Amino acid sequence: MTTSDDTPVIATEEEITSPAPPPRPLFLDRARLEKVLPWIIILAFFLLWEFGSRVVLPLFTPRPEIVLPAPSAILPAMIEDWRAIVQNSLYTLETTLIGFAIAIVVGVAGGVAIGSSRLAYAGFYPILIGFNAVPKIAVVPVLVLWFGIGTIPAILTAFLISFFPILVNVATGIATVEPELKDVCRALGARNSDIVWKIGLPRSMPYFFASLKVAITVAFVGSILAEATAGNHGIGHLTSYAAAQFRVPLVFGGLIVTAAMGILLYYIAAWFETRMTGWATRGMDNPVAGY
Amino acid sequence: MSAFVEMNGVHLRYGGTGGTLALADCSLKVADGEFVAVVGPSGCGKSTLMKVCTGLWPASRGNVIVGGHEVSGPVGIVGMAFQNSVQLPWRTVLDNVMLPLEIVEPHRSRLKANRAEYEARAIELLTLVGLKGFEKKFPWQLSGGMQQRASLCRALIHDPKLLMLDEPFGALDMFTREELWAVLQDLWMARKPTIILVTHDLREAVFLADRILMMSARPGRIISEHKVDFPRPRTLETTYLPEFTEITHALRSQIQQARAAQAA
Ligand SMILES: Nc1ncnc2c1ncn2[C@@H]1O[C@H](COP(=O)(O)OP(=O)(O)OP(=O)(O)O)[C@@H](O)[C@H]1O
Ligand SMILES: [Mg+2]
Repeated sequence: MTTSDDTPVIATEEEITSPAPPPRPLFLDRARLEKVLPWIIILAFFLLWEFGSRVVLPLFTPRPEIVLPAPSAILPAMIEDWRAIVQNSLYTLETTLIGFAIAIVVGVAGGVAIGSSRLAYAGFYPILIGFNAVPKIAVVPVLVLWFGIGTIPAILTAFLISFFPILVNVATGIATVEPELKDVCRALGARNSDIVWKIGLPRSMPYFFASLKVAITVAFVGSILAEATAGNHGIGHLTSYAAAQFRVPLVFGGLIVTAAMGILLYYIAAWFETRMTGWATRGMDNPVAGY
Repeated sequence: MSAFVEMNGVHLRYGGTGGTLALADCSLKVADGEFVAVVGPSGCGKSTLMKVCTGLWPASRGNVIVGGHEVSGPVGIVGMAFQNSVQLPWRTVLDNVMLPLEIVEPHRSRLKANRAEYEARAIELLTLVGLKGFEKKFPWQLSGGMQQRASLCRALIHDPKLLMLDEPFGALDMFTREELWAVLQDLWMARKPTIILVTHDLREAVFLADRILMMSARPGRIISEHKVDFPRPRTLETTYLPEFTEITHALRSQIQQARAAQAA
């Protein structure tokens, strides 16, 4: 410690107890900004889109409204066909959620089975990766062959595409239980099922909920894919049908609605995640951890 | 001497032929209710010895007898604690401590109906280690030393006949460590479980144990034992006795020899 007056090394008590106030925000503090920023960006996105298709695109193509209609052209089309859009959206939502529910059941059950046994893990993993690697668009025709055009192929595609992330995550959570913890339990005479039930499963919950966010969005991709290629209902069907009739604004309207549903379901899953697994973030209420 | 834990000529090789030979011809006897410490150079197989004693790893050769039965799988009913306290972050401290009760019979089947009684017991134990008032906290809201206390409680809650402690205080500062020595000694004197404590802290071994077993460098076996006769309860004053320092020094030079023998 130096004794010279002009270079104090130790902060005075006052400095320690009263931290410098954060710089005044211009018009929004950080927390508010975090809330509104997504909306600003979405708005900016649509404005840019509008600009692109009204101003830039006409320089390159004589019929820009067929290549990329502007949002201002899409909105009337959506309003005009709102009934079809709502009906088909709800239909797709239902299909997706059924497939997703099956995926949760199969994913968790499979994840538990594979994660709790090294042998099963080693044995089944390669074939699962194989299944996952097959593009689902190639599977849809097969499903149609088996179940005909309609809802079932869409449900199954949503299921097939979304169970894998769930299974892998649950299996990982269970398989990576700390060996010491396993030893503590086994030295107490715990059965394998005790360890899975009391430690493996709760421990894999953060992984599980994280995977739900991924799974729900890909489930959407699956059901829409199946509807588009082999359905007679749903938003996928609507868009491919509209595309066939060159009603391009309606096609984009369907895509926008799909994206909106995807965002909505993602946040529902995310909400569940924070509700159920708050412990996993160790109560991250550190005001400095602003990332 | 009626041995409660007995290892006879145990060899243990990890991972098939060509794997690491961790224990070679390791034999020991621990009496019922005895407090034994195991010390030895790092990597000599102390943790391995714990795993073999509790049946978590099968011995490659030789046999292990616990409570009169030859060990052929996890013994059950053994309390364990490790250097890292491995608590379950989604459970409160109280529920963490009570985990063994959900596993070990007869508590397992009695727990639901007698929850209040068991909770009282857990809280009593937490009070004993100085964690009163922290039952409803989550382990990650506790300091390292506090987590370690909780982990001791978890090891003891079901009144195990055998307690295996693998460097349970290894990650703690000296003051907390010395405080917990006293806590552990109290717990042991009150309940008299058989304790096998692995430690690299020689003062800790001398303070706590009735008998200290010294291991050779890997592959580990017991090369000598030292009786420690200080009266109980021992206090920090004990650690300043010349005899205390003497034993500690003797142990230290022996470990150094063992390490030198390995280096040679
Ligand atoms: N699961 C395992 N698989 C393979 N080798 C292992 C395994 N566990 C330990 N070993 C090896 O066995 C030897 C003894 O390890 P052990 O953990 O028993 O040592 P230790 O005496 O507890 O060491 P420390 O004092 O550092 O805790 C080491 O050489 C280690 O590499
Ligand atoms: Mg060790």
